[in-house]
Amino acid sequence: MAPALALIVIFVIYPSLRTIFMSFLDENGRLSLKNYVEVLKSRDTFDPEGFSRGFPLGTLLHNLIWIAIHLPLTISLGLILAVILRKVKGGNILKSIIFLGMVMPMIVGGVMVRFMFDGSVGVVNGVLRIFGIEGRTWTAYPDTALLSLIFGSVWLWTGFSMVLYSAGLETIPRDFYEAAAIDGATPLKIFFKITIPLLKPVTVVVTIMTLLWELKIFDIVYVATMGGPGGASNVLALQMYTYAFRELNYGKASVVAVILTASTLLASIPLTKSAGELR
Amino acid sequence: MNLIAWLIGLVWLVPFIGVLMTAIRPLDELLHGWWNFESVHFTLRNFSASWNHSTAPLSKGIVNSLKVAIPSTVFPIILATMAGYYFSRYRFPFKKILFTTIILTLALPQQMIAVPVFQMLSSMGLVDSYIGLILLHTAWGIPWITFFMRNFFITIPVSIEEAARIDGASDFKIFLKIILPLSLPALGSAAALQFNWVWSDFFLALITIYSPDKLLATQRIPLMRGVYHVDWGLLSAAAITVMIVPILVYVFLQKYYVKGMIGWAMK
Repeated sequence: MAPALALIVIFVIYPSLRTIFMSFLDENGRLSLKNYVEVLKSRDTFDPEGFSRGFPLGTLLHNLIWIAIHLPLTISLGLILAVILRKVKGGNILKSIIFLGMVMPMIVGGVMVRFMFDGSVGVVNGVLRIFGIEGRTWTAYPDTALLSLIFGSVWLWTGFSMVLYSAGLETIPRDFYEAAAIDGATPLKIFFKITIPLLKPVTVVVTIMTLLWELKIFDIVYVATMGGPGGASNVLALQMYTYAFRELNYGKASVVAVILTASTLLASIPLTKSAGELR
Repeated sequence: MNLIAWLIGLVWLVPFIGVLMTAIRPLDELLHGWWNFESVHFTLRNFSASWNHSTAPLSKGIVNSLKVAIPSTVFPIILATMAGYYFSRYRFPFKKILFTTIILTLALPQQMIAVPVFQMLSSMGLVDSYIGLILLHTAWGIPWITFFMRNFFITIPVSIEEAARIDGASDFKIFLKIILPLSLPALGSAAALQFNWVWSDFFLALITIYSPDKLLATQRIPLMRGVYHVDWGLLSAAAITVMIVPILVYVFLQKYYVKGMIGWAMK
């Protein structure tokens, strides 16, 4: 017990508190809000000019865009795949293949995403060429870099929601479907009136875990674009790394870390609520 | 329905085939896309080139990653299994605190600890050393494995242990001879996930390990990707080499892996 607790205190709890403390220190070691003002005013974090000029829009908005596109897509795709593949021959093999995106290291995932959207070897351009459209290396241009990474990460992450929904589907009693079929309900109606409501607990968990993943996204961006070009695909986690380990500005880096942690904690509030219902 | 399903499956499969084709075919066949199959030759040159890469040989990276991933799986599992058993069998007032800690570590981005951990490890002389990294991974693994194992232990009826206790077995003996053998599936799940996550880790390695010969496998991938020109044959071969280890773990322990993933997520 004691060594486990000691390790958590030394390597998780103490450093987190220390980061909060450091975010309030200016370069002379005095308490101040200077770092917060600097980071929140910085164009790295939020660039209002981006609205008229195009990307970059700042890491904060980039992470939000990531959520706005990636969350609904992976959740609905995962649910649809779980429902379809249950009844299909070879569905389990397909599920395993789709789940592979979650098994590989995300640094390799980033290479795969970069590969898909590459100008010459990329699959995306291969498909576009069939329709007579000449593509480009989508990750290398400010207007498409972030979107390429987001759509690529849908490919990587959908297996997660699919697997959880598949497990959830197994818990729905067959009688429900049989009774609905006898009453003459259409498959679509059954899906919306029985499947989706009964899977709500799974949806809550999948949503939270996916949110956490989107907020913490780092490896994919690091290896595929390094946040570029010109910050057009930069995200909070990478901004923190750049501040801390490239610019050696620990104060600003700590502020970004605190903002990032505040948002992940906010996202996981529904999970802490279930602590009260602990067995 | 079957057709739609397999078409979707194809979308997921094609990038894998693409990377594989790019890795095992010579460059001049790939100029018009790897999907061109007019002349097909296979070569392992890309694999040997990345394996023996001049600045970032993968061979060394794979060995280094194993040196980190194996202890970083074994240590937290030993510590967390005992803690999880304790939590499942004894009444104690910290249950809520424990649960909150687990949610916290789950939500916590590693960026939140990066700078203080780096400073702490440097002052202890543990930067650029695997000991520091293994300690870090152990600390991050303990919370979720503790909870995962606790959730498994509470499904084992206490009556089995009571019977053994009447026969005069000590608590430790009960744990070792009765509980552990029953827990092998759960331990398999925890080990498979923890190993793969440590193997896949990039950020913690990035901030603690920097000597060229000590770099882990995941750290060598970005080094193989040139800044302006990407040698896709080399990079594809390297990507396959690094992902094959977790994929093998997944393939051989598939049942445990998926169960573990569900248990980890659903709490």
